[in-house]
Amino acid sequence: MKPSEVREGQRAVMEGSWAVAQAVALCRPGVISAYPITPQTHIVEDLAQMVADGDLAAEYLRVDSEFSAASAVYGAVATGVRAYTASSSQGLLLMTEVLYNMAGTRLPVVIGAANRTLSAPISIQPDQQDTISLRDSGLIQLYVEDSQEAHDAHIQAFRIAEDPEILLPVMVCMDGWLITHTFEPVELASQEAVDSFLPPFKPPYSLDPTCPFTFGSFTDDDKLMEFRYMVHQAQQKGKEKIEQVARAFEKTFGRYYGGLIDTYCAEDAEVLLLAMGTVVGTIKDAIDLMRAEGRKVGLIKIRAYRPFPAERIREATKGAKAVAVLDNNISLGAYGAVASDVALCLSNQISAPAILPCIVGLGGREITIDSIRSIVERAEQMGKGRIAPAESFWVDLHPELL
Amino acid sequence: MPAKKMREREPELLAPGHRACPGCGTAVAVRLILKATGKDVILVSPTGCLETFASRYMESPWEVPWMHPLFENAAAVASGIEAALRFKGSQTKVVVIGGDGGTYDIGMGGLSGMFERGQDILYICYDNEAYMNTGVQRSAATPLMASTTTSPHGRKSWGEDRPKKDMPAIAAAHGVPYVATASLAYPQDLMNKVRKALSIKGSKYLQIDCPCNIGWGFPENKTIEIARLAFQAGLVPLFEMENGVLTQVRTIKDRKPVEEYLKAQARFRHLFQKEGGAEQIAKIQALADSNARRYGLDG
Repeated sequence: MKPSEVREGQRAVMEGSWAVAQAVALCRPGVISAYPITPQTHIVEDLAQMVADGDLAAEYLRVDSEFSAASAVYGAVATGVRAYTASSSQGLLLMTEVLYNMAGTRLPVVIGAANRTLSAPISIQPDQQDTISLRDSGLIQLYVEDSQEAHDAHIQAFRIAEDPEILLPVMVCMDGWLITHTFEPVELASQEAVDSFLPPFKPPYSLDPTCPFTFGSFTDDDKLMEFRYMVHQAQQKGKEKIEQVARAFEKTFGRYYGGLIDTYCAEDAEVLLLAMGTVVGTIKDAIDLMRAEGRKVGLIKIRAYRPFPAERIREATKGAKAVAVLDNNISLGAYGAVASDVALCLSNQISAPAILPCIVGLGGREITIDSIRSIVERAEQMGKGRIAPAESFWVDLHPELL
Repeated sequence: MPAKKMREREPELLAPGHRACPGCGTAVAVRLILKATGKDVILVSPTGCLETFASRYMESPWEVPWMHPLFENAAAVASGIEAALRFKGSQTKVVVIGGDGGTYDIGMGGLSGMFERGQDILYICYDNEAYMNTGVQRSAATPLMASTTTSPHGRKSWGEDRPKKDMPAIAAAHGVPYVATASLAYPQDLMNKVRKALSIKGSKYLQIDCPCNIGWGFPENKTIEIARLAFQAGLVPLFEMENGVLTQVRTIKDRKPVEEYLKAQARFRHLFQKEGGAEQIAKIQALADSNARRYGLDG
């Protein structure tokens, strides 16, 4: 089916990028700015076509770099106009300085991130190294499992970002190719429903000559720490908002993916797999197979990585013997980023589960049901106190190539 | 007109009490720019002297909306602001005021993009010919033979070994409708150029020679005099280019030798102290002569 034939509210097979572009358009952005990078391109191409056809009344800035794309949407949101950009990999790194500044200036931009690994070596395959490297910037980061969730998370993202108690940029992270270029059935939201769910953007402060404000002031040691703390507080407040917005979304659209986290077969699980992104789908299939074999395996899916859902993970891991954390990234010289966060959030707990840090799927290495089984086997042994990992488990590494 | 009376008649949009050094040329330039823009404007300034002296938290001197984003992205941020205003149907003007570091060097890519897209923005470079905010390091706007902290003169060096980058020509090469240069020594001309630029739709570039008494090494009460000498020596030609064509040039009656300008500043002092200095000064004179021919300065 051609995209033009898909109607609002209709379930149809479409490319993930198209579903994302539709969601963005339904949110009525005033300014879109982007620079091409694989695999983000289809999203911004689809939006460009909507503008070219007059179906989307937005200003579209074709800029000279991702740095300028992020800067342009920064300026637009400061002027009180909703704005969107998307990028991947090196492009996200080039944006990094602006992204920190966006959060510090409290500008609620929504950014689509088509996850792709980082150079070197150069590769266009997916992993989450790019967005994980932005985790300290003050961005709220949502990770999605499939195209439907990517579509829906974009609509939620604007509402979370623009909440007067939040005012932070929100990044919707979706595995490149696996979401952006894959065709799946998606039900598009209707304009009417989005309009009722997402109020017009009215920031408390903007660049306006009738009420002049100074943005981007110089501060010193007497105030900077408090500014940082306030961004951190807004992140913490985000925990509650993300859950509220997920429920409000369910009320309007009838779809719910969990709040900060979602779980699958987790209640009685002895081994829990903790992951985010498209791998979650494979894990659910693996769990179904292993449950049929009588193994008590479950899943914690992280939807919001920043703010980090520490309380929810603590609750969900109660009673588990081991938690295997699947990191689709690596903090070289240490562990995966998520495992480090999980370890700290479970420390100082009475009878905390053992933690198995796993590095999976770097540079698009396929994560199969067998990969998941190998992780569960290790985690089961850990739960029985047989091994203690001094190093992450590098899943499906090919030692013969080293 | 006495200053007090002037203030009564015309409110200052850059309020007094900011933290510029005494004698700062940039502060004078900004005050004049704002007299020409009026209140219906949004300003963007990259990191630099202006941002440092005029944005201390809780002490903003700006009576108009002003934003400091980062060092290298003022043009791109201004582009987003302009697009947002277009989306809203607003007539408010967008003006960038950035230093030479943020314009010639680190902000060049984004500025080129802004010009190429033809966005309706006036980009003003306050050119003090080095990174003054960080302690007088060399930029692409630093003139030949100037001694800075990263292009110092020494036993084997005469200071900066490259002539100033020709930023107005680069702006004009983008096909922007208006490019001009201005000097603090001619405030009426400066304000007229700002007004004219704002009357034209599209991207505009204005470069203002802003002497820095700290970085250039001259007494704080000589800022305007130094600016005038720079013009009179033919080193800072004042002109307008419309659609790439030179349309106006301020001519110089009895162009002064460059020595008079150079010897008034510590950054060129070595040219008068070291053996062989005269030959080096002749190279600077050749640049001034070349400007005179290129722009028809002698009148």
